[in-house]
Amino acid sequence: MKKINKNSLNGFINYGIVIAAFVVLQLLLNRGALSNSLQSLLVPTCCYIVMAVSLNLTVGILGELSLGHAGFMSLGAFSGITAAIALQGLIPSPALRLAAALLVGGLVGAIGGVIIGVPVLRLRGDYLAIVTLAFGEIIKNVIMVLYIGVDEKGLHVAMSEAGLHLAEGGVTIVKGPMGAVNVPKLASFTAGFLLILVTLLVVQNLVSSRSGRAIMALRDNRIAAESVGINVTKYKLMAFVTSAALAGAAGALFGLNYSSTVSSKFDFNTSILVLVFVVLGGLGSIRGSVIAAALLYVLPELLRQFKLAEYRMLIYAIILILVMLCTNNPMLKQLMDNTIGKFKKQPAAAEKGGAQ
Amino acid sequence: MSFLNNVITGVSLGSIYAIIALGYTMVYGIAKMLNFAHGDVIMVGAFMCFFAMGSFGLPPLVGVLLAVVVCTVLGMVIERLAYKPLRQAPSLAVLITAIGVSYLLQNGAQILWGAATKTFTPIISPTNAAGEPNALQLFGGQLSISYVALLSIVVCLVVMVSLTLFTGRTKLGKAMRACSEDKGAAQLMGINVDSTISMTFAIGSALAAVAGVLMCSAYPILSPTTGSLPGIRAFTAAVFGGIGSIPGAFLGGILLGIIETFAKAYISTDLSDAVVFAVLIIVLLVKPAGLLGKYVPEKV
Amino acid sequence: MVMPKREPTKLVPVPSTNIIPERDVDKSPILECRHLGIDFGGLTAVNEFNMAIGRTEIAGLIGPNGAGKTTVFNLLTKVYQPTRGTILLDGVDTHSMNTVQVNKAGIARTFQNIRLFNNLTVEDNVKLGLHNHISYGMWQGLFRLPGYWKGERVAHERAMELLSIFDMAHLASAKAGSLPYGAQRRLEIVRALATNPSLLLLDEPAAGMNPSETAELMENIVKIRDTFQIAILLIEHDMSLVMGICEGICVLNFGQIIAKGTPDEIQADPAVIEAYLGKQKEG
Repeated sequence: MKKINKNSLNGFINYGIVIAAFVVLQLLLNRGALSNSLQSLLVPTCCYIVMAVSLNLTVGILGELSLGHAGFMSLGAFSGITAAIALQGLIPSPALRLAAALLVGGLVGAIGGVIIGVPVLRLRGDYLAIVTLAFGEIIKNVIMVLYIGVDEKGLHVAMSEAGLHLAEGGVTIVKGPMGAVNVPKLASFTAGFLLILVTLLVVQNLVSSRSGRAIMALRDNRIAAESVGINVTKYKLMAFVTSAALAGAAGALFGLNYSSTVSSKFDFNTSILVLVFVVLGGLGSIRGSVIAAALLYVLPELLRQFKLAEYRMLIYAIILILVMLCTNNPMLKQLMDNTIGKFKKQPAAAEKGGAQ
Repeated sequence: MSFLNNVITGVSLGSIYAIIALGYTMVYGIAKMLNFAHGDVIMVGAFMCFFAMGSFGLPPLVGVLLAVVVCTVLGMVIERLAYKPLRQAPSLAVLITAIGVSYLLQNGAQILWGAATKTFTPIISPTNAAGEPNALQLFGGQLSISYVALLSIVVCLVVMVSLTLFTGRTKLGKAMRACSEDKGAAQLMGINVDSTISMTFAIGSALAAVAGVLMCSAYPILSPTTGSLPGIRAFTAAVFGGIGSIPGAFLGGILLGIIETFAKAYISTDLSDAVVFAVLIIVLLVKPAGLLGKYVPEKV
Repeated sequence: MVMPKREPTKLVPVPSTNIIPERDVDKSPILECRHLGIDFGGLTAVNEFNMAIGRTEIAGLIGPNGAGKTTVFNLLTKVYQPTRGTILLDGVDTHSMNTVQVNKAGIARTFQNIRLFNNLTVEDNVKLGLHNHISYGMWQGLFRLPGYWKGERVAHERAMELLSIFDMAHLASAKAGSLPYGAQRRLEIVRALATNPSLLLLDEPAAGMNPSETAELMENIVKIRDTFQIAILLIEHDMSLVMGICEGICVLNFGQIIAKGTPDEIQADPAVIEAYLGKQKEG
C-alpha cells in the first residue's frame, strides 16, 4: 500500500498548505493587517485557485487542451446569481443561500460540460482546443443578449427586457449587455476556503481512484487504454464534466462577490489566464496549480500600487516567456539548474506529468 | 440588392480573414504550433502604416511597404527568440509562450502608442475630392462596392494564387512542404529547416501586415487590441478550412466572412460571433479535420 | 478514416483442413476466423484469413515484413473493422463489438511499438489492466467509501501477484516510462494478462531482446499458458522462439495465408521457403 500512502500524503500536504494559508490570512484579517485592496483580492483568488485546479483536471490529468474554461465559470456565475436572488424568500440564511447558489452553479456548469463534452470529446488535440474556445465565446455572447427575471410565478428568460413579462414586484436579475445587477454580495473568504477544500477533495480523490487512473491512462496512451477495456468516452466525459462543475461553482462564488457582473468578464483572456496558472504550476500538479494561481493572480494586482503599474502586464508577459524558455529549452534549463542549484525544483517541475 | 451587398461585404471581410488565416495555417503546417501572437502582428502592421501616413505624410504605398517590412522582421525576430528555442518542447509550452508574446506586443504597443483608440486613415479614402464615395457603382448606384473592399478581394486572390504557385513550384516552397511533412527527413535531404521555418514566419507576418492595413482601411479604428479578435476569427477560419491547408484557409476565411456578415444582417449583431462559432463546431463534428484538411488516424 | 460498410456475413463452414492442428481437438476452438479480410481504399491488406486456435494453444503468426500480421491483430481487437468475414470468439460473433467490448469478451494484446502508460507507475499500469475487475465506482472512489479501500487492496494484491510472474514486483513503484526496454515489453504482457483474457495476442514480444532474454521469455510464455490455461497467438520474427514454443503456425504473405501447420510441417513447406528465401538469416 506504499503507493496509496504516498498519494494520500501528497494530498494531505495540499490540504495542510491551504488550511495554514487560511488561518494565517484570517489572523491577519482580524488584526486589520490586510489593506483594503488585499482584502478585496481574497475571494477572487479562491475562485481562481478552484478554476486552476479544475482546469488542471482537463489539461494536466486528462491531457486535453481546453481554451474555454471561463465559459463554465460564466455559466456558474450567472446561474449562481440567479439562484441566490430567486431563492431569497425560500432560504433566508445568507450562508445557506450561498451554498445553494454554489451547488446550482456547479450543477449548471456540469450540464454545460455534458452538452459540450459529448460531441466535442471525439475531437483531438488542437481541434478540441479551438472548439472549447468557440464554446466559451458562444456562452459569452449568448449571456450577453439574455434577460433573466424572477417574480412570484418563477423564473422568466427572454431576449429583451420587455420580453420578460414580469408580474408586479418582479426583479430583473440579468439585463443582457449590462449583465447581472444588484447582486447580493454573499461570497466570503471562508466560503472560498471551503470551496477550495472541496475541490481538492474531489480532484485528489478522483485522481487516486480507479476512475482517475483510467483518465490518466487516456492521456498517456488512448489506444492502449482501449485495448485493456477502458471506455474512452465515459472517462473523458467524467473528467471534463467534473472540471466544468467545479468551474461553475467557482464562477458562482465569483459572481456573488461583486454587486454586478458582465459576461465579457469571462472571455478568452480569462480562460488563457487560468491556463497560464495551470501550465506554470505544472501540468498534473495540484499543488502547483494552487500556488501558481494564488501568486500569479495576486502579484499583478499588487503591482498596480507601484510606480511600475503601467508596465505590469509587460513585465508579466516577459516573465511568462522567460519562464517557458527556461523550463523547456534544454540549454537554458541546464544553465538554470547549474546556477540555481538546489533551488531548481520548484520552477522546473513545470512540465512533468503525473499527479501530486 | 441588400442580399448582394451583404455577399460582397462578406467576401471582402472574408478576404481579409483569409489573408490572416493563410499566415496562421502556414505557420501551423510547418511549426505545428498555434501562433496566438499572429493577431497582434496585424496590429503592429496597422500602426506602422498609420504612423507612416499620418505622422510623416508618406504616400499609402510607402506606408504599406513599411508595415510589411517591419512585420516581416518582427515575425522573424519573434520566431528566433521565442519559438526556436522551444522546437523540442511540449506543444503547450509553445502555446503559452505564444500567448506571452501576444501580451508583450499588446502591452508594448499600449506603452509606446497609448491605449486610446485612433482613427486610421484608409489607404483609399472612402470619398474622393468631390465628396462622392470612392466606390464602384453598379445597377445605377443600387449596388456600391467600395474600392477598399475590391482591393481586399483582389489582394486576397493574388496572395492565394502566388502562395499556391510558391509552395508548388519553387525550391523554397517545396522545402516548406517537406519540413511540414517530416522535419528530420527534410534535414537529411539537405534542407535547412531553421531557415525554412524562419522564412515561413516572415511570409506569414508580411501577410499579417497587409491584412492589418486592409482591415483598418475598411474599419478605420486602431488600438493595441485591434488585432486580437480578428486573430481569433482568422484562426477559426484556418481550422474551419482544415488547418495546415492553404486552399482550406482561403475557403475558411471567405466562408467565415460571409457567415459573419449574414449573421449580422439577418440574425443579430450581438450574436454574430456565436453563430460563426456554432457553424465552426458543426463543421468540425461532421468533418473533424475541417473542410479541406486530411484526417490521419493514428497508426497502431 | 471512413470504413466501408460491412455486410454481416453468413457463417460459411470452413473445411477442417484449414484449421491449425489443435492441441485439444476435443473442445471447440477459442478463436475462429472465417474468410476474414480488410481493404484500405483499393488495397486488400488481408484476405481470406481462415484460422482457428485451440483453447490452450500457443499459435504463431509469421510472415515477411508487410505481410499483414499486425493488421490481423488490429482486426481481431477491432482497431479496424473487417471489410468481410467473421471472427468468432468462443463461438460468439464479435461483429458488433468495439475494441473495449472485445477486450471484455476476452482478447488482450500487446503492441509492436510498446504502448505503456508512461507517466504512471508499473503497479498502476497493471491496475489499469485490472480496471474492469475492480468493482467500486466513481462515487465510492470520490468519497473513499469502504468499497474503495477494499477494491484498491484487492487490486494491489492481484497486481503484485501478476508482476511477480515476471519478477517485476520490486519495480512496482517505478514509472513505466523509465523501465528498460525488455522490462517494458514484459510489463505490457502483464498488463494484458491482468484483463483476464482467454486469448492473448503478443505482437513481436521478443523484438529487441538478446538471446538469453528471448529464452527466458519463451519459458515465461509457456508458463503463462500453463498457469492461466489460455490461448496465445504471437507474431514473431525470431524463428527460434516461434519454432520452439508454437504448436500451430500460420504463415502470411501479401495478406494471404500461404501455409498452416505444425512447426515441422512449416519448416518443410516449399511455399514458406520461397516466401522467406534469402530472408531466413534475418529470421
